[in-house]
Amino acid sequence: MIMDAVDVSLTEAAVGAGVSTVLMLATLALTKDHEEKQPEKNRHWLPLAVVLMTGAALVYGTLDIPGFGDPTSPAQTHVSPYYIEQAARETGVPNIVTAVLASYRGFDTLGEVVVIFTAGIAVLLLLGDKHQKPITGGAKEKRIPQNLVLRIISKTVIPLIILFALYVQFHGDYGPGGGFQAGIIMSAALILYSLVFGLEAAERIIPKSLLTFLISLGVLIYASVGIVSLFMGGNYLDYSVLADNQIAGQHLGILLVELGVGISVFAVMLTIFFTFAGRERPR
Amino acid sequence: MNYIVGHYNYFIAIFLMMVGFYTVISRGNLIKKIVGLNIFQVSVFLIYISLSTVKGGAAPIITEGVKVYSNPLPHVLILTAIVVGVATTALGLALVVRIKEAYGTIEEDEIHRQDNSL
Repeated sequence: MIMDAVDVSLTEAAVGAGVSTVLMLATLALTKDHEEKQPEKNRHWLPLAVVLMTGAALVYGTLDIPGFGDPTSPAQTHVSPYYIEQAARETGVPNIVTAVLASYRGFDTLGEVVVIFTAGIAVLLLLGDKHQKPITGGAKEKRIPQNLVLRIISKTVIPLIILFALYVQFHGDYGPGGGFQAGIIMSAALILYSLVFGLEAAERIIPKSLLTFLISLGVLIYASVGIVSLFMGGNYLDYSVLADNQIAGQHLGILLVELGVGISVFAVMLTIFFTFAGRERPR
Repeated sequence: MNYIVGHYNYFIAIFLMMVGFYTVISRGNLIKKIVGLNIFQVSVFLIYISLSTVKGGAAPIITEGVKVYSNPLPHVLILTAIVVGVATTALGLALVVRIKEAYGTIEEDEIHRQDNSL
């Protein structure tokens, strides 16, 4: 928080706590439990030398970087003063990060969502249905053995996590948050559920077919907002034409786009987790 | 002295970046390589966020009575990059799982040996 990046820290916290650890552990479980001793070759000094030299060059490069927090550095003096001064007036959204993310750089964000979409599809293709465990029996062994404390705590906490995800989703215009964070938090809630109660139970709540539908639905919502604004006489993803006045149009557009982002991110993260967790361990 | 105090973020970022880089190029284990890539990625995030900080600035949410805000643009770029980063990491890990299934190992040397490619 020293660096005032509230949106970023929210995202990183959600990702780090909710998704990436589980993902790493799932992969380790699918590959092997222990590492084989590497043959001691003289492969260590060469990488070390390369790394030290690169590091020295980079430190030399910092000589020209303006100091930490310098308000006159080039990063502070070009496009961002415009965003800071005009964003609230032009979009009516107090959170500048959300305004820039969804409106000024809407195209960029659409691209990012498509990347996430593609990665989700690729994971499905790589680890998809072929070697999935049979739903009955096999799924049971992955679940944490019956533990009263875990079950009760998670039963209490999961609704709160989902509520918080919805708050982050729809309050993103005014406070830190938005579709990316909300999608991650939402999927973390369901990952927790399936860790404690078993994959089988989680797939009863959200079947895989629904998830694949949601992955595309999010991207579709985002792209359609752009097409609608085309038909209403504006440029692609120009939300000002969506309603009677500019502020209302921008607000509506940002809300819809963030919703699309949230749905897609949520569905992709959960799909990735389900495919990793549901895969049979190779012999 | 001023230089060191004013740039310590960048030194930490460079250190992290080099740790990640070293892991990627010196380890044969594919999962370790991906962990290294992730550390490298985090260091880039740190550089961007450091660049966006303005001394005495507030979080970029318009509030009454606040004059100086930190730069919102790097925040936008990085918060999307974090989520994209997880998705692409998952893709990399999926590839590792498939490699394990095809070769029975995730050590780079062993894979090269089986392919006679080195």
